[in-house]
Amino acid sequence: MTAGLRSVRGVAHAPGRLTRLLILGGVGLVFAVPILAMIEFTLRRGLVGGYDFQRWIELFQNGLTGEYAPVLVALGNSVGLAVGTVVIVLVLLVPTMLLVHIRFPRLRRTLEIVCILPISIPAIVLVVGLAPVFSVLARFAGSGVWTLAFAYGITVLPFAYRAIHANLDGVDVRTLSEAARTLGAGWASVLVRVLVPNLRRGILAGAFIAVAVVLGEFTIASLLSRVNLQTALVVVSKNDPYSAVILSLLALFAAFLLLLAIGRLGTERRRPARTPTTLTPTTPTSGGDQS
Amino acid sequence: MSHIQTPPVQQKTVVEFAGVAKRYGSHLALTEFDLTLQPGELVALLGPSGSGKTTALRVLAGLESCDDGRILINGDDVSGLPTSRRDMGMVFQSYSLFPHLSAGENVEFGLRMRRVPAAERRERAAAALALVGLDAHYGRFAHELSGGQQQRVALARALVTRPRVLLLDEPLSALDAKVRVQLRDEIRRIQTELGITTLFVTHDQDEALAVADRVAVMRDGRIEQVGTPEELYTRPATPFIADFVGLSNRLPGAVRHGFAEVHGVVLPLLDPSHADGPVRVFVRPEDLTLVTAGTPGDAPAGMSLAGIVLVSSFLGSLRRTSVQLEQGGTVVVQHDVRDRHQVGESVLVRFAGAPVPVEAVQDLAAALPRRPRLVR
Repeated sequence: MTAGLRSVRGVAHAPGRLTRLLILGGVGLVFAVPILAMIEFTLRRGLVGGYDFQRWIELFQNGLTGEYAPVLVALGNSVGLAVGTVVIVLVLLVPTMLLVHIRFPRLRRTLEIVCILPISIPAIVLVVGLAPVFSVLARFAGSGVWTLAFAYGITVLPFAYRAIHANLDGVDVRTLSEAARTLGAGWASVLVRVLVPNLRRGILAGAFIAVAVVLGEFTIASLLSRVNLQTALVVVSKNDPYSAVILSLLALFAAFLLLLAIGRLGTERRRPARTPTTLTPTTPTSGGDQS
Repeated sequence: MSHIQTPPVQQKTVVEFAGVAKRYGSHLALTEFDLTLQPGELVALLGPSGSGKTTALRVLAGLESCDDGRILINGDDVSGLPTSRRDMGMVFQSYSLFPHLSAGENVEFGLRMRRVPAAERRERAAAALALVGLDAHYGRFAHELSGGQQQRVALARALVTRPRVLLLDEPLSALDAKVRVQLRDEIRRIQTELGITTLFVTHDQDEALAVADRVAVMRDGRIEQVGTPEELYTRPATPFIADFVGLSNRLPGAVRHGFAEVHGVVLPLLDPSHADGPVRVFVRPEDLTLVTAGTPGDAPAGMSLAGIVLVSSFLGSLRRTSVQLEQGGTVVVQHDVRDRHQVGESVLVRFAGAPVPVEAVQDLAAALPRRPRLVR
């Protein structure tokens, strides 16, 4: 009865179809207008007027060589940085969060503050602080673009933390790890075979956010004089704004595909159940207490 | 079924806690904890919340370290061994199935950790699930199973590796009453069938008394008494046991010359050597009977007290009636469900004369509970 009342009340408070469409349409417009404007911009025929695909064709006819070649290098840098950042964040953050959750629950609040802190620090302030660190780092590890992954690891920390934390709260990791240990699993097996599979959604969400942040990052790379996709696009836009916008659109599309792929991984259906064929099913009452 | 084999019969003690102590900061969770489990025995650790029973089980499992004392399994000191190498099966209070694995894969997990070949793994997992009546649920995931079924799978998972000891940490407390009783009996059946040495932690005395060969009642990190369920119920070693195990009426009285006296009714003592003086007397509700006052041969003089019925509760197979005694105070009488007494009816409460435990008090006023109550 209570459930019935609750559901009736829930339906009564749910927005109507028109309201939902309006909200969806409004949000969709916010995202669509800039993208459509970018597409429209790349199709313009300049002073002649009208639209065609000439600029798209020209860009790809040349195979992104010559003046656009640095963009490809920058894209490679950004993808490498994204992978590096994801590895740094996940390898450091996931075990740390699990350790704090299982063994040191009193440190949860401290860890949260530490992880959330970078969101309140403007990129320019971060760079001012990081510059001396990077100058020291350059002496030992060189000044390759990959070193940016350490700075990006800090900037994506709040987002990755939130994504994993939301998943972690819904899983009784302490009991699961204890159950696995009593069954003979060492800590590595507990992590790989039990905890990570159950935190997959949070980890994938964290990884996606890290990738998205890194692919779109400009300030830190620019101020530390490193080349990534965004800094390369700015350079291109100074000579050829049309090509820069086309490349930006392609980057957006790639990020969209990445989102879809990660979303598919996160919601992948479980494998179909397999039952050993040698067994004879028991009578329906054998299961006992289905409730 | 043949894969869940009975462990070889051993004459020596399987589990021994020897002077185990565990501290959490300044709190002493276990102190001078000694307990042995014999082969094939089911011992229940019973006690109120915070008495240390789960800590004892977790120390045995290696999930907590002990600060003092030793844990011996089959004579070997395992105090320093990590959990994964103690070879124990454990069922937890909360549902602990791995959500990303099917029931069968959950049961296979322990075998996988022991590098058992895949074919044998599947066969043994299926046999273990058959043992708990869930062989048709091999491919189901935890969210597709009821709470009772999840705990059965957890039991199969704990048993499939043929552990030296089975640990049950309040495995029934999250289940509803009917399923709890079903699974309780099932656990006992399987435990007896396999002859596996088992430590069962519970705060539910009915559960402990129903399934255990022996019950260890804990209080403040120590074992207060260990004995068979009958011993605990009929011969409680301390007032705490008398108070905690089963239901008891607390009545003010006095000990004189080896007998307890309650409002003129003289009762034998469980411990006849108890010193004379004011005491609190514990009388089981089933050791009292009700007789309507004024009926012929209503009760022998000196073995009954007059009173008025306050309330009578129907409990299905029996009835409990509260009686306000003329001398003051209230007693609860447990009797046949067919004997009905009206509220306000004058009755006689007859004492069966069973030996009673008592607790010494400073004076009779202290023996009187502020609010007469039935303790459980």
